[in-house]
Amino acid sequence: MSTLGTARERVEDAALLMGRGRYIDDMPTAPGTGHAAILRSPHPHARLLEIDAAAALALPGVHAVVTGADARAWSTPFLVGVRQPMEHWCIATDRVRYAGEPVAVVVAEDRYRAEDALALIDVRYEPQPAIVDPEAALGPDAPALHEAMGGNLVSERDFRYGEPEAAFAQAPHTVTTTVRYPRNTCTPIECLGLIAAYDPGEGVYDVLSPFQGPMTLHPVMARALKVPGPRLRLRSVPESGGSFGVKQALFPLIVAMALAARKAERPVKWIEDRLEHLLAATSATNRVTRIEAAVEGDGRIAALRLDQLEDCGAYLRAPEPATLYRNHGNLTGPYRIAHLAVTNRVVLTNKTPTGLNRGFGGPQLYYALERLMQRIAVTLDLDPLDVIRRNLVAGDAMPYRAAAGAVLDAGDFPATLDYGASEGALDALRAKRDAARAEGRLYGIGLAAAVESSISNMGYITTVLSAEERRKAGPKDGAVSHATVAVDPLGAVTVTADSMPQGQGHRTVLAQVVGDALGLAPEQVTVALEHDSQRDPWSIAAGNYSSRFAGAVTGAAHLAAVRVREHLARIASQRLNCPAEDVRFEDGRIFGAANPENDLDFRRVASLPHWSPGSLPDGVPPALRETARWTPPELTPPTDDDRVNSSAAYGFIFDFCGVEVDRLTGAVTIDRYVTTHDAGRRLNPALVDGQIRGAFAHAVGAAFYEELAYADDGSFLSGTLADYLVPTTCEVLDPLILHRDVPSPVTPLGAKGVGEGNCMTTPVCLANAVADALEAAIPDLPLTPARIAAVIHGPEGAPPTEAPPGR
Amino acid sequence: MKPAPFDYLRADDEEEAVAALAEAGDDARLLAGGQTLMPMLNMRLVEPAVLIDISRLPGRAGIEDDGTLIEVGAAATQASLEAWPPLSARAPLLARALPLIGHVQTRSRGTVCGSIAFADPSAELSLCLATLGGEVVLRSRAGTRTLPAAAFQTGMLSTACRADEMVAAVRFPAAEPGAGYAFTEFARRHGDFAIVAVAAIAQENGIRIGVGGACERPVVQDWPPLAGSALDDALDALAWSLDAADDHHASARYRRELVRGLGKRAVQAAQETRP
Repeated sequence: MSTLGTARERVEDAALLMGRGRYIDDMPTAPGTGHAAILRSPHPHARLLEIDAAAALALPGVHAVVTGADARAWSTPFLVGVRQPMEHWCIATDRVRYAGEPVAVVVAEDRYRAEDALALIDVRYEPQPAIVDPEAALGPDAPALHEAMGGNLVSERDFRYGEPEAAFAQAPHTVTTTVRYPRNTCTPIECLGLIAAYDPGEGVYDVLSPFQGPMTLHPVMARALKVPGPRLRLRSVPESGGSFGVKQALFPLIVAMALAARKAERPVKWIEDRLEHLLAATSATNRVTRIEAAVEGDGRIAALRLDQLEDCGAYLRAPEPATLYRNHGNLTGPYRIAHLAVTNRVVLTNKTPTGLNRGFGGPQLYYALERLMQRIAVTLDLDPLDVIRRNLVAGDAMPYRAAAGAVLDAGDFPATLDYGASEGALDALRAKRDAARAEGRLYGIGLAAAVESSISNMGYITTVLSAEERRKAGPKDGAVSHATVAVDPLGAVTVTADSMPQGQGHRTVLAQVVGDALGLAPEQVTVALEHDSQRDPWSIAAGNYSSRFAGAVTGAAHLAAVRVREHLARIASQRLNCPAEDVRFEDGRIFGAANPENDLDFRRVASLPHWSPGSLPDGVPPALRETARWTPPELTPPTDDDRVNSSAAYGFIFDFCGVEVDRLTGAVTIDRYVTTHDAGRRLNPALVDGQIRGAFAHAVGAAFYEELAYADDGSFLSGTLADYLVPTTCEVLDPLILHRDVPSPVTPLGAKGVGEGNCMTTPVCLANAVADALEAAIPDLPLTPARIAAVIHGPEGAPPTEAPPGR
Repeated sequence: MKPAPFDYLRADDEEEAVAALAEAGDDARLLAGGQTLMPMLNMRLVEPAVLIDISRLPGRAGIEDDGTLIEVGAAATQASLEAWPPLSARAPLLARALPLIGHVQTRSRGTVCGSIAFADPSAELSLCLATLGGEVVLRSRAGTRTLPAAAFQTGMLSTACRADEMVAAVRFPAAEPGAGYAFTEFARRHGDFAIVAVAAIAQENGIRIGVGGACERPVVQDWPPLAGSALDDALDALAWSLDAADDHHASARYRRELVRGLGKRAVQAAQETRP
């Protein structure tokens, strides 16, 4: 019996629950390994005049101090995704542009001593005015972060699909809203960390870390280190303490610590602490979006206009501005909107550079789009469910080419919406709201719908370039994944892949996938995913991001396993005297379909290519090992008119919720939350639901608690977990999760990504509910009690003039 | 996030602790539960030359009830007070406040005296001590003195405790017959420091109300029995008198609103719980 599609306990968990997980900080180090600490800029913007490290170097136990001078000697600035004269070095050279930017690295005998030495480094800064607001950063008087660029605008592109002007001119209604999505992050339990070494004999940098890809960054790092790719060996650790995209931000530190290891002439271990992490690791982009719809009287949207201003922080750090373009093809979400106008601007400010973060562009996009849907319903006095339903792409229109190029692969969005509304008892929730309001309580219902994009097209980011620039640069597209299935001399099966998991349970699912193809129990399949860039197959799309595992990596593993099965079938067919296509694999046995009793042991057949390659049928390779590469042909480069299928698969989500707002405190209680997913074929339903719950918890944080906040002068305000508030289990209710699956025709197993969707839908669904409860305009996220209270409390009376009654 | 070098001394008895304190003075820090001090050390916000560990002082881990005062020693954890069997009968205000302090993990290490000594403006224990009118026992090599709560906490994170003194114990007045007690607070998350906390004691002939979190230290007022709009007016006057401040989490105006609203809830709850 195949276990594919059934809930299985995770093979990873036994080690984790017994405290035997091997994380980066647990990994053995070579004798003499130094420990690094980073001196970080206290200024959001300053010229770097002089660094005197003599006192630090004189401290016993200090091995080396690495500065921008070393970066200049041994490295180059990182490549950036747009043509701009911007230099981003792994360690600041002549200017710092955000509070927390690395200025020097100390390598010492232990971390304590390294931190002692930080205090002894004398840095002379000349502070410059800082700019944190993205709109203000565009002003003519705003201080320029990169002098050679002139201003802070790094990219501006206009896109036009269909006839948006005509549609706006004809439509009876125009509904507009402007939203400001804040900075936040996904706060993995384990911060960044690595062990870097340099072999001067071979000129090889060797870095062990929980880096998760994308491996497009490998060439970026190798180039910065001025070595050919194979001389930057990246190895991944067995376990990662969570990432949600955040560990992509290891890459500049990998380069900095590679230089530190070279200068200190010893391996260097660096474990980021929470203060560093919050201050300077990474962030989701903050985005200002003005969104406008041309609307018919019944709520149908004829055209959409988006003006997106993306704030990427102090440097455009690869792969940015990918956050802005990841959903470019599906900017119209799950809706049938033929006419679309888009202005995209990317601006730099004196804040930590941005990068991958669960949802990656989806939270920002859908916060604008689904707030707009709610505004349309309110403005036209329509049922918000009807407004969503009337605009959804119809089930029989699939696959559907969206205005900006996304090919929505499969699904019946209206049917899924109706299923969620009825199974989740939306009507009962409405009755509850009416009853609560009759009692004078502030109760609201929110809705949100989205397509959840997965398996990113490696070419989507080039949409930031003009068609002519793209022609010059050459085509970019696809999303290659690799997996290898090998059979050992005793017939045991091993799987490796380029998935670089961060705790999701990839080993569990791959064992199910390969076991399914070979008729084996998952326990009989060993999965090893520690990746080594020098020895394991990979391409630029490799890694753990864009929810690509379920569709892409399992697809490659399935194809590799099927190839192994085909070889084994040919071997078995000789012994079973039946055609190879009639050979069946089940429960560790191999037999002909017509005669199941006459069976062979899987291991005997599977070991033969090792022991007797000479007796194999023609075309069956010796010592069975198959590596499959898969890339979806649907992922083509952007067209000359800027249409791009930015992802391979598109799941569908429909959420609704009921919330109550406390009139005194402004605190929001989530009363009920229902989230309905079409994630395609679910390979392990328990892990799917785990992903949904995790994204939901992150989204509750984004909606109500979390913001990487800066003061106007650029100083950072969220430096500890007492300032950056992450919801705990006490604050996150368990949502009702519903499924209505339509398999993807694009991925080999029909799965679509599912890891990020609720980060896209839940913040806006909750915000829509708060707006419904308050029946008023709402403040920006996070919707803190104090911000909500400012809406409901109204004007405050004057202080009393009489003396208080007693003391 | 590693501390600067320091010497560590685990005091075997109180004499050794105060002797070391007298010697090191401002260069020393007392370590009890470490729930505040350890992060401050790791962030290098404090760099003491010596840490004097008083967490195992003999005779200071216990809770003594002399019939009028409940004395909690310097080494007694918040969890041990929470688990003290007569707590809800003898100190109902503390019984209501203790579960709101941090989390079970922090209470199992954090001490009652450590919280009072740190004097965070939002600390539930400081508010209870002030509202109940308790006292603080200070010990130095020179001897022992006792200060009323109002004289002990002088401002935000500041107290009348001298550099050579340790908080050896705190004393909470035991429950009075006929009194009702209530404690209510609003925090962003379960276990967070309160944005505003209110303690209330209702008796036949009056109300005592204490407010924490709104300004530099707890404020306590005694009122005649009040209800309805008279109570609202008193709370409004109290809210305005606090000189509440704006910060990253909340505005002064928001805090005043909470004082009015939570104050009413607390006073009414205290009145309702009168036996």
